[in-house]
Amino acid sequence: MTIKLTIMDEMARVAREHGKMLAPLNDDVALLDSGLDSLGIAVLVARLEDRLGVDPFTTAEDVQFPVTVGDFVKAYEHGAH
Amino acid sequence: MSTALTEAEPLRAHLARAPADAFLFDRAARVRLAALVAGTSLGGRLADLSGRSVLIATASQLTSALALIELDGVARRLTILPPDVDPDHLGALIAGAEIDAVVVDGPAPQFSGLPLCVTCTPNVAPRSDRQDAHAVTEWVLLTSGTTGVPKMVVHSLAGLTAAIASAKRSDPVVWATFYDIRRYGGLQIFLRAMLGGASLVLSSAGEPVAEHLARLGHHGVTHLSGTPSHWRRALMSPDIGTIAPRYVRLSGEIADQAVLDSLRAAFPHADIGHAYASTEAGVVFAVDDGRAGFPASFFEGARNGVEIKIIDGSLCIRSPGAASRYVGGVNSAALRDSDGFVDSADMVERHGDRYFFVGRKGGIINIGGLKVHPEEVEAVINRHPHVRMSLVRPKRSPFTGAIVVADVVLTTAPAVAENEAELRDDILKLCRGALPRHKVPAAISFVPALAVAATGKLLRRAV
Repeated sequence: MTIKLTIMDEMARVAREHGKMLAPLNDDVALLDSGLDSLGIAVLVARLEDRLGVDPFTTAEDVQFPVTVGDFVKAYEHGAH
Repeated sequence: MSTALTEAEPLRAHLARAPADAFLFDRAARVRLAALVAGTSLGGRLADLSGRSVLIATASQLTSALALIELDGVARRLTILPPDVDPDHLGALIAGAEIDAVVVDGPAPQFSGLPLCVTCTPNVAPRSDRQDAHAVTEWVLLTSGTTGVPKMVVHSLAGLTAAIASAKRSDPVVWATFYDIRRYGGLQIFLRAMLGGASLVLSSAGEPVAEHLARLGHHGVTHLSGTPSHWRRALMSPDIGTIAPRYVRLSGEIADQAVLDSLRAAFPHADIGHAYASTEAGVVFAVDDGRAGFPASFFEGARNGVEIKIIDGSLCIRSPGAASRYVGGVNSAALRDSDGFVDSADMVERHGDRYFFVGRKGGIINIGGLKVHPEEVEAVINRHPHVRMSLVRPKRSPFTGAIVVADVVLTTAPAVAENEAELRDDILKLCRGALPRHKVPAAISFVPALAVAATGKLLRRAV
């Protein structure tokens, strides 16, 4: 599974667990409009660390807070290199 | 000129100096501060409320603010009810604070047993009677939710405003806070605005971030306060550019370097400060050098009348802004030690010339302002038939400050990895059924053993 698909899969799972409706997603959708709130995103990042072995937001020295879904996915794609 | 209050000067007296264009704003209404000097939002019922122990239990922050302004110096005691208090605890709170009147802003059958119920509205009417302030009112705040009945903490207006420095009148100030003003952090901002005669834009529960930011931008907010989690949420909004505060303030959680740097990048010209305060200890200090933690020099002598020291790793505070005592039968342990120091239960560690907050004594975890006792989560996990023991601990998160994760020791190791995943889901399902979602572990790791201290207790380490 690609990094992006893994992220989408985990987003859907966290949304389901938190009783949230996930919006139709594309790269330009604001992360906060995705249907996940701050807690949902924090949980998502922890789950993705288990699946992808990387947490680009907590380990980085200068965290860039992701604004869009595209930013969020890109942070993982960079982290994987 | 100092804005520090004398004991005789009630809150309302300060509004006489507010300019005509200073307002309290919420999503639906606005109230001119100057109109409150000779107006009433309580239907002129001040004579009835005089000398009573009054519970401020309105649904909206705006009516809470109006009632506080009107009743300071009139009521014997004002107990401020935050919006998220468990209704099951109301009886204990009412008995503990000897409440004999309540201010509401809508139907409130839960208070029908109280002798006096007065309705507050944002439609301020001229006052006919001249019920002058005569009393020094006790302000009672509730500590934020852990388990059981919240503690009730007694402050005076003089103490609550002790840390508010005199503001130089230059450009007009418009305050806002992401907090609810019925909690200590938000109340500080409310009082700052009122003492300075400045407008204040109130937050609204459940308001989407984009709409809230648009509202702050519309009112030209210059001074904005929130927790690091509030700010992270704002920084993740595409609409962050709609606000341009001159002063950015963080409090209520540990401000890490990442959030400070991100705010600096978003607001290159703003003053950015993080304050350390608690409901019991009051405002302790503010750090404005843009760096996480605080300078070791803060321990050298009193600063603004506030002294700090470390006992067993925990920061202890002696301050004129500290609460005087607890009220109510529950949790009525002494608030200060024999030297007058309040134990914050916030653990600090020195690195070089600075001290950093490393977590809570007793391991309480702060998830975006909501507190979690690890033990309550462990108790749920341990109910699972395949779990021998578990350790719940915080894991740092740039989005909520921390999240809950669990290390679990099983009675027998699962044979294959697939069973492990199934078991993890099963434990999580159990947690979701029994706990609010911020307490459900974000991740579960299966470990062969957990360290136990000589006392027989699980060894808990600070993050």
